[in-house]
Amino acid sequence: MAEAAKSGAAPAPAKAKKKFLYVNRKAPYGTIYALESLEVVLIAAAFEQEVSLAFLDDGVFQLSKGQDTAGIGMKCFAPTYRALGDFGVTKLYVEKEALSERGLTVEDLQQVTYEDENDGFKAKPSIVLIDRAALAKVMAEQDVILSF
Amino acid sequence: MSMLHTVNKSPFESNGLRSCLAHASKGDTVLLIEDGVYAALKGTAVSGDLWRCRIDVKFCVLGADLAARGLDKGRLIDGIRVVDYGGFVDLVTEHGRTQAWL
Repeated sequence: MAEAAKSGAAPAPAKAKKKFLYVNRKAPYGTIYALESLEVVLIAAAFEQEVSLAFLDDGVFQLSKGQDTAGIGMKCFAPTYRALGDFGVTKLYVEKEALSERGLTVEDLQQVTYEDENDGFKAKPSIVLIDRAALAKVMAEQDVILSF
Repeated sequence: MSMLHTVNKSPFESNGLRSCLAHASKGDTVLLIEDGVYAALKGTAVSGDLWRCRIDVKFCVLGADLAARGLDKGRLIDGIRVVDYGGFVDLVTEHGRTQAWL
């Protein structure tokens, strides 16, 4: 620290908000990662950070529509994604390549919307289809990346 | 005596299914459970692996795990049988041994 100060590296100016990206790469239910990610997302959103989510690899399965966990005795947390908009989380990036490798299209995903307060609270889609190269750019723009 | 193989990991994340298929013998059954059920979908990067084995090996998938993940039966590779927990038990009793590919 002291050496860094001597070498002239000024501390970054304090920001009101940081950009947080939650990277989701695991299918739901088989492991606890997907549920844990959602829990932490809600915490960060409550602290009014700029939060977005990325779904790639098996993480795209988290957004599959029609999930019904009655038969396996686990909590179905799929509806929680639809509540994220109320917490100011309005960007869910879904990687196109991950979908196609799994035989999925955006039609297989549940609809997630948020109310745009800058546009008369109109419902707008939260899910953003994005290719791998563009997702890499989104990752590069973040202050903090949390992986699940 | 035939063997029941269970696969519980996603084929996109683990090589459990591939290893299972490489070691399964003619007359065996492979039961896909938990995240293993994703291997039963048609039109994926791994569908061909199952399709090539369908003559020698029977494939089953646990219905409750499909439903939990929002996977409709219409999206399964042709010939894969959906079983419930009772059917899982029947498969265990019908095969001499069970091997879990964790």
